[in-house]
Amino acid sequence: MSTILQAISLRKNFGGVVALDDLSFEVRAGEIKSIIGPNGAGKTTLFNIISGIYRPSSGRVRFEGKDVALLPPHVIARKGISRTFQNLQLFANMTVLENVMVGRHPRTRVGFWRSIVRFPGVRREERLTARAAKELLDLVGLADNAHRAAATLPFGKQRLAEIARALATEPKLLLLDEPASGLNVRETEQAGRLIQKIRDMGKTVLVVEHDMSLVMGISEEVLVLDHGRRIAEGPPREVQKHPEVLRVYLGEDFHNAASAES
Amino acid sequence: MSKKNLIGLIVLIAFLLVIPRFFGNPYYLGVLVWSGLYSLICMGLSLFMGYCGQISLGQAGFYALGAYGSGILTARFGFEPWPALAVALVACVILALGVGLPTLRLKGHYLAMATLGFGVIIYVVADADPFGLTGGPSGFSGIPKLSVFGLALNDELRWYYFVWATVLIFLFFLLNLVNSRVGRALRSIHGGETAAKAMGVNVAKYKTQAFLLSAAMASVAGSFYAHYVGFVNPEPFNLELSIHLVTMVVIGGVTNLWGAIAGTVLLTVLTEGFRTFFKEYRLLFDGLILVVIMLLFAEGLFLGAAKKVAALVARASCLRSRRRPGASTHSTGNPEAAS
Repeated sequence: MSTILQAISLRKNFGGVVALDDLSFEVRAGEIKSIIGPNGAGKTTLFNIISGIYRPSSGRVRFEGKDVALLPPHVIARKGISRTFQNLQLFANMTVLENVMVGRHPRTRVGFWRSIVRFPGVRREERLTARAAKELLDLVGLADNAHRAAATLPFGKQRLAEIARALATEPKLLLLDEPASGLNVRETEQAGRLIQKIRDMGKTVLVVEHDMSLVMGISEEVLVLDHGRRIAEGPPREVQKHPEVLRVYLGEDFHNAASAES
Repeated sequence: MSKKNLIGLIVLIAFLLVIPRFFGNPYYLGVLVWSGLYSLICMGLSLFMGYCGQISLGQAGFYALGAYGSGILTARFGFEPWPALAVALVACVILALGVGLPTLRLKGHYLAMATLGFGVIIYVVADADPFGLTGGPSGFSGIPKLSVFGLALNDELRWYYFVWATVLIFLFFLLNLVNSRVGRALRSIHGGETAAKAMGVNVAKYKTQAFLLSAAMASVAGSFYAHYVGFVNPEPFNLELSIHLVTMVVIGGVTNLWGAIAGTVLLTVLTEGFRTFFKEYRLLFDGLILVVIMLLFAEGLFLGAAKKVAALVARASCLRSRRRPGASTHSTGNPEAAS
């Protein structure tokens, strides 16, 4: 499989705080890759850099072989990277359907003047936009909530609406920031199946997640970060046994006890 | 165009056609002409404030540019009114671009500061008259009347129809805009800039476009002003007017074009009705309105008050049915709560 995303010695400082420290990794096209690590490991910072919201202090991000680290976020979205947000950022002033329709923005064309006069072509595009958005709401199971105000959706459904909105931009690479946080066990399982379905649609998915059962269940590859550095990378089974990972997640003592036993 | 908006437009047109029958006297019509001129400005401002979440405190400056542009070009350089309007409009948009480009790329209320300064500069320049064009504090007159399709606008009734027809045309266009791809992009900016950017919306571009449109509409209103009054002086275009315009938009509920018009008419009529009082205390009154609306009716006076009344009615009927035994189940909608 070919590489779709490549991070090369990424570094990000916030004042004196180092959020990412010389981080390099690759994502292969068509895989589900998870990024795990304790709070403050730099996971969300990494997403913010890939999606163009932050610029890295140094290092490069290559998407489909081209440098994207210095591009503004709306251009990166157009190139085929989309994302959801850990702290839900649906447009509260719009309906669920309208939220997803905003996601069609980079794939539609009607501009200022044509919108004002509303030529027939405008109406056609509007219909297609609404139809595409409805199909995505179907996919994530929110078809019945299309006309609700986004802010009134329960937490779990807001996560799904964000995924639908992100998919509406037709991303090649989808970044999901803690898609299962705040979900119950059943909802988490559903989210896992949805993520696999999205992968089966030919998209690459990069997931930041704390829920280990979800991560281990769906990922082809897992990247473990701690203090902005890569401490392990590989298939879930290998990563689970990695001594550094055990140390970070379970503490020094547990790690020593485990190695003493074996 | 949604059904609701279409019905709204038809009702508004009917209303506008009926009004002169009851308020045919030139004084009342004059007040309505002013309401129409301010509505033009406030619709643009509402688009910018309500849909982009930005605020401009310099609309009086753009209004002044239109008025002085049209006035100077026609009275001093012999331009025809319509070409003069176009030239003033282009100049206004270029200046707005100069104010907006550097500030709208930044997060936060830099544009509010920049427009505040801009409005004051326009006022000061018109007042000081460094190029001998504006006539200084006493202004200048001799601005010709405007003609539309060969029809001279020489009385209040014609002005009334002309200004409100323009308002309707702009309202129609803006309603189209708001319910389109671009309108959704604008609303998404208000909903959350970061998410909007991540969805591919070029936030700076759309903010700039909406700002330019608001400036252009203020400029057109200013040009009409010059031809309507036939005389321009700096005094009406002070900072107070900019604040007054913002108040009109806020009264109507910032994200509502209909509200912008309703708020404008309400405040214009009120200001005119209590003219002697407002001469001294308009700013105080504006401040009071802004505070009250922001605290009590975030959606604007009309929608907000309607919801408050609806809530009160619901509560009253709930209380009443609770007093009647056996009827409370239906009002609470929860059978267990009643038992």
